[in-house]
Amino acid sequence: MTTTPRKRRPWRTWRDALLLIAPFTALYIVFFLFPTARVVQLSFFDAPLIGEGTYVGTANFERLFNDPMFWRSVRNTFYFVLLSVVPNTFVGLALALMVVRLKFLRPPVLAAFFLPYMLPVSVVTLIWQWMLDTNFGVLQPILMLFNDGKALSVFRDPQWAMPMVALITIWWTVGFNMLLFIAGLQGISKEYYEAAALDGATSLQTFFRITWPLLWPITALVLTFQLIAQLKIFDQVYILTGGGPFNSTLVMLQYVYRAGFQQFRGGYASAISLSLFVIILVISVLQYRLLRTGAAR
Amino acid sequence: MSTSAKPPSAVLAKPPTSAFARMLRPRRPNVPGLIGTLFTLFIAAIWAFPIYWAVVTSLKTEAQVLSKPTTFLLRTFDINSYIQVLTQSQILRWYFNSVFTAFLVTFFVVLLCMLCGYAISQLSFPGKNILYWALLAGFMIPFQGLIVPLFVMLADFGWVNSYQGIVLPQIIAPITIIIYKQFFDAMPPELRDSAVIDGAGEFRILFNIFLPINWGITTALAIVTFIGAWNNFFWPFIITTQEQMMTIPVGITQVSDAWGVQYARTMAIAVLSGLPVAAAYLVFQKKVTEGIMVTAGLKG
Repeated sequence: MTTTPRKRRPWRTWRDALLLIAPFTALYIVFFLFPTARVVQLSFFDAPLIGEGTYVGTANFERLFNDPMFWRSVRNTFYFVLLSVVPNTFVGLALALMVVRLKFLRPPVLAAFFLPYMLPVSVVTLIWQWMLDTNFGVLQPILMLFNDGKALSVFRDPQWAMPMVALITIWWTVGFNMLLFIAGLQGISKEYYEAAALDGATSLQTFFRITWPLLWPITALVLTFQLIAQLKIFDQVYILTGGGPFNSTLVMLQYVYRAGFQQFRGGYASAISLSLFVIILVISVLQYRLLRTGAAR
Repeated sequence: MSTSAKPPSAVLAKPPTSAFARMLRPRRPNVPGLIGTLFTLFIAAIWAFPIYWAVVTSLKTEAQVLSKPTTFLLRTFDINSYIQVLTQSQILRWYFNSVFTAFLVTFFVVLLCMLCGYAISQLSFPGKNILYWALLAGFMIPFQGLIVPLFVMLADFGWVNSYQGIVLPQIIAPITIIIYKQFFDAMPPELRDSAVIDGAGEFRILFNIFLPINWGITTALAIVTFIGAWNNFFWPFIITTQEQMMTIPVGITQVSDAWGVQYARTMAIAVLSGLPVAAAYLVFQKKVTEGIMVTAGLKG
């Protein structure tokens, strides 16, 4: 043979490709696609946690729609989203604006804002449980101001529990948003600011006419991440309140966990999971349509 | 990085000076700037306070912790709580479990996703588009919603309270494949073509040519994956029920229930659990930032 084999025979490429994709794809099918299909299937079955159960048609969903606890969990999830997504985004932006103008103080300040994001959730909750402790918590003097001078058991108070979970979540995760905003701010060309300074623009004008519009793609990105992430709230709620007090922090995944692992109703838990999938899907599509205007990346 | 060409006049007007020289040079005090900096430091102090408070509490005696008025500065250090935590809890075992499982997760995520990303980026084979879309569709489905069938399946395998049970589901990280695909797509096509002419197989091309060129992104992804696996609470919490199989984030929620109001000890265990990732961040700061940026869809 004198001709150079420019391209491999296709079957050889196919064989190599199969070897390359097989390990991941096998795990993906077994530990992701198959369980996804099972969630759909189980939601039509009256299954306990372990075992098959019988086909019950749409009975699980009929129960779901008449289950006040389910609607409670949906409301609580959206309440948490409301309390966390927008504040987390704007606090992140504010911190980024503070950090980027620093010079030699920048590394320590950046670390102070970002370090909480590196901690495991249970370390975060241990620290805050101690700071909010009813008898000895260092934050009780501040909480007393809101409670007529009496000590406040935050996680035993239906009004306070969810806002406090949201506040802790912001403290913990805002560093991630800040980092994205810092990247966005550094991407804005200095020339815009120089031109604005020459024209005598005030700093407020500069922010609203230059920084904010040019930062919109990043803001849209952060909002997208936040919304999807916070709909999946579970860890903090489970550790801090377990869904209580009086179900005031019972979020959807907490209800999935309770139905599946505490009440052993696998079919019903799957039906709740499936409705969470649908909510996330609908919101993703809506959000994509709404934010597409500026979110070209 | 701002490497945009500056007009020559700007370069002439401002000779490059070190930060130190600029500090020494007398200048008009910038009052609003100073107020802004002080405000920033104030907020940063508030943000750092919970971590500071955890460290301070852990270094007090249990009696000091409960005594009033509260002391915010330490004059004496007491490491008794650390000794008690290390000897009376299973924290060393949880450390081992966390290091072991996080290492395995990292190794397999990086390796398997790199192989898969290479195939999707460089080779054409039947079913490629289906695979790619199946991976993208996966982003829509929250892993947390799969716990019921996933737990049941692993229980059938007898993998509850096992390392393979903790590790294997965490290897599903399609985002890493997408990132590798993007980085491999950016390689010039001649790179693979010429190696193919020389008779190199796909694995050799990947490990001898593509991997060395993309070593930077590989280390960034590895560090971020390791931190994520170390911090993962949800899945190890579902799949472990015995204390000796728990990872750090799951295990430490048990001791606080068992100890009640032993806050110096509780904070000692919190500090010990947060320390490895906090240290990893401070050491690999740039890599962590880069890894987070690419995972978010921005090039670092």
